[in-house]
Amino acid sequence: MTIKKLDGKIPDGPVDQKWNQHRFNMKLINPSNKRKFKVIVVGTGLAGASAAATLAELGYQVDAFCISDSPRRAHSIAAQGGINAAKNYPNDGDSVWRLFYDTVKGGDFRAREANVYRLAQVSNSIIDQCVAQGVPFAREYGGTLSNRSFGGAQVSRTFYARGQTGQQLLLGAYSAMMKEVHKNRIKVFTRREMVELVVIDGKARGIIARNIITGELEKHSADAVLLCTGGYGNVFFLSTNAMASNSSAAWKAYKKGAYFGNPCFTQIHPTCIPVHGENQSKLTLMSESLRNDGRVWVPKAQGDKRPPNEIPDDERDYYLERVYPSFGNLAPRDVSSRQAKYAVDQGRGVGKSGYAVYLDFRDAIKRDGQKAIADRYGNLFDMYQQITAENPYEVPMRIYPAVHYTMGGLWVDYNLMSSVPGLFVLGEANFSDHGANRLGASALMQGLADGYFVIPYTLGNYFATEKPEKTPVTTEHPEFEQALKSSASRFEQLFAVNGKRSVDSFHKELGHIMWEYVGMARDEEGLKKAIGLIQNLRKEFWKDVRVTGSDVGVNLELEKANRVADFIELGELMARDALERKESCGGHFRVESQTEDNEALRDDENFCHVAAWEFQSVDTAPLRHIEELKFENVHLSQRSYK
Amino acid sequence: MSDGNMNLKLKVWRQKNTKDAGQMVDYSLEGVSPDMSFLEMMDMLNEKLVNEGQDSIAFDHDCREGICGMCSMMINGQAHGPKDLTTTCQLHMRSFKDGDTVVVEPWRARAFPVMKDLMVDRSAFDQIIAAGGFVNVNTGNAPDGNAIPISKENADLAMDAAACIGCAACVASCKNASAMLFVSAKISQLALLPQGEVEGEERVRSMVSKMDELGFGNCTNEAECEASCPKGISISNIARMNRQYFTSAIKAK
Repeated sequence: MTIKKLDGKIPDGPVDQKWNQHRFNMKLINPSNKRKFKVIVVGTGLAGASAAATLAELGYQVDAFCISDSPRRAHSIAAQGGINAAKNYPNDGDSVWRLFYDTVKGGDFRAREANVYRLAQVSNSIIDQCVAQGVPFAREYGGTLSNRSFGGAQVSRTFYARGQTGQQLLLGAYSAMMKEVHKNRIKVFTRREMVELVVIDGKARGIIARNIITGELEKHSADAVLLCTGGYGNVFFLSTNAMASNSSAAWKAYKKGAYFGNPCFTQIHPTCIPVHGENQSKLTLMSESLRNDGRVWVPKAQGDKRPPNEIPDDERDYYLERVYPSFGNLAPRDVSSRQAKYAVDQGRGVGKSGYAVYLDFRDAIKRDGQKAIADRYGNLFDMYQQITAENPYEVPMRIYPAVHYTMGGLWVDYNLMSSVPGLFVLGEANFSDHGANRLGASALMQGLADGYFVIPYTLGNYFATEKPEKTPVTTEHPEFEQALKSSASRFEQLFAVNGKRSVDSFHKELGHIMWEYVGMARDEEGLKKAIGLIQNLRKEFWKDVRVTGSDVGVNLELEKANRVADFIELGELMARDALERKESCGGHFRVESQTEDNEALRDDENFCHVAAWEFQSVDTAPLRHIEELKFENVHLSQRSYK
Repeated sequence: MSDGNMNLKLKVWRQKNTKDAGQMVDYSLEGVSPDMSFLEMMDMLNEKLVNEGQDSIAFDHDCREGICGMCSMMINGQAHGPKDLTTTCQLHMRSFKDGDTVVVEPWRARAFPVMKDLMVDRSAFDQIIAAGGFVNVNTGNAPDGNAIPISKENADLAMDAAACIGCAACVASCKNASAMLFVSAKISQLALLPQGEVEGEERVRSMVSKMDELGFGNCTNEAECEASCPKGISISNIARMNRQYFTSAIKAK
């Protein structure tokens, strides 16, 4: 097989005209014909809920699938900080162009310009839509919307609803969805997990879903399938993702021919509460707004175990301020995370485990008073105290980086369609808009942009062009029967192993391998080692995993086993991708490719492209295709935060 | 950080499925770290059960940071356990002592059948929202976000109500299994904002009647719901809902 150069189907014309022109060029479906088309939406987070609601409003029949007991639980709900838009309400020089520019640069030049421009363009409509739905954004005394600055941006473009912006936006999208449920245009299937994609004559025509309550496998057919299933940070076992967040739907699609784009691009967030022990199940993020006032430090001496308040100033190393005098404690996420790792690797980590650094508010409290700090961060300080039983007004917080977001995901073209016709991928589940590093307050923007304002147009064009209604399929089609059988046999196999080790023990071991070798700093030797270790782990999993209970009714062990089996395979692909990308960019740091000052060094000559992996078989190495990236508006430059 | 691991006795509700009668089962667990969350303690117990070849205990959980509203346990008779303003996932084992006996049960309400062990079916809440918990505005149909000024006071009050996570602790804590705190939080959020006010009267009638139809009880002003709410939703929302309901009922065509 030869390596393909993929076509992102980016429309012609100047970047600021592409989307307008494309919308005009796309074919439409007559309103009364829309009801003849059925769309399956898998996942009901920001991307899935907004897509389901909007498509139903247009008249399509929508079947929405969600893994939890209600669409309102999706992990978009946990986003704290806010959502960006180029409204320029504060009159501080923002514009669509600047949001576009910041996002391309922030992504370290590994995203498509055309996609990012479109994202910036529709950002304003998202805010309007959410306000109209009754999302209670923060307001000024005059009654207008409030903005704050976020994630190193030099303008205030972030809209927020206290520290619960993700919750409010998700509940807005959920209510829009329930409004269509009320009108019988959306059917919601809760507590379902997609376990197979059904492809007929080369097109996505349905899914096999597992009913988590009964254990039954169900066949669902449609004219198109939308995957809105989020990211795969839980490959690392410990991450800020929710417990049920998983990669299995995307992984099944990958095995059915959807290419996986840039799987190694992982975002490691610098300010999380450190791990307390082996029984830890997940990590909790502390909003990075804390870095506006907190100072990050470690002791200068190795192994200094004195309580922090007994360490005098001249024996502290405020390393971010030292290394990045102009950005200081506000250096971007990837840079700050890596510096924390260096400090810990040097034996200067703090706390019982040594895997933490201090985030100290002593000076801010001295300067502004405890009340001012409590007004700004009270809820975060309370949350920290609840988890650690330490009072951050008196002793510095301990923080450490944690896996937070995956920029990689299924490869999609400009229309959000994967390499399987009829399979569209939205939100974090696709690879498209954030390049190698996502900026703060951009995830919510992308999820809603894809669902409210992109897919309603591009899906209609697909239907109008491909005419799936002319080749109707039902669940009686032999491909459905085949897919159902192969899913059933997979679950049987998981029981049949009947080994000695729990599912979680495998997941934790995978997490350790990933964190050690495919985490914040990666090198050739470590990545090769990781691939070997993961392959062995996969073999051991299928020899020794123990799934208790039965396949009838609720069985959490069986659910987890199915997901962990996929995580193991995806972990291997992430290591392969990281190994092949012999440059550093954004969140992907290759030790071999760094500047004299230990910063990420891109190699634009050889790697200014998206890597899109094509599945062969579990035991055969996948093929690495590429999509070349062209930068015609934002010129390639080295990021510098000094 | 505290040291000193604990040994606990646990009494956990086990029920195979909705039809099964169910019973309390005793377990003991050693070496529980005070830094673990309550759900991590449950994970530890499950790991032990799996290693003994037993079926693990089913319970709902997801984000484990107190916002998704999925976790739902009656711990020693209190929804989400002994700490105020705290979901089960954010409850830490330092709230317990070595040698304690901890009783863990599912939410109990007629409208929430037990599906297995500690998992209940809360889809009734979705049905109530689908009856009217939204603003009828289609995508693309919105004026500029600043076109309608909203007073900061009302925006803040709407946000207080909107903070509800839909966990249903309010129902589980109420002797009448009333859903009024949940329903009134959504009604208040939308009633306080000009965008939601337009359909306010229709909304309150349809949501309240759906709530009654689904078998939730009435409110007898004991405020157990407010006391158990992990997000501090105030019962003044119930008063607002009742006022709106009466006005709307009088004016109903």
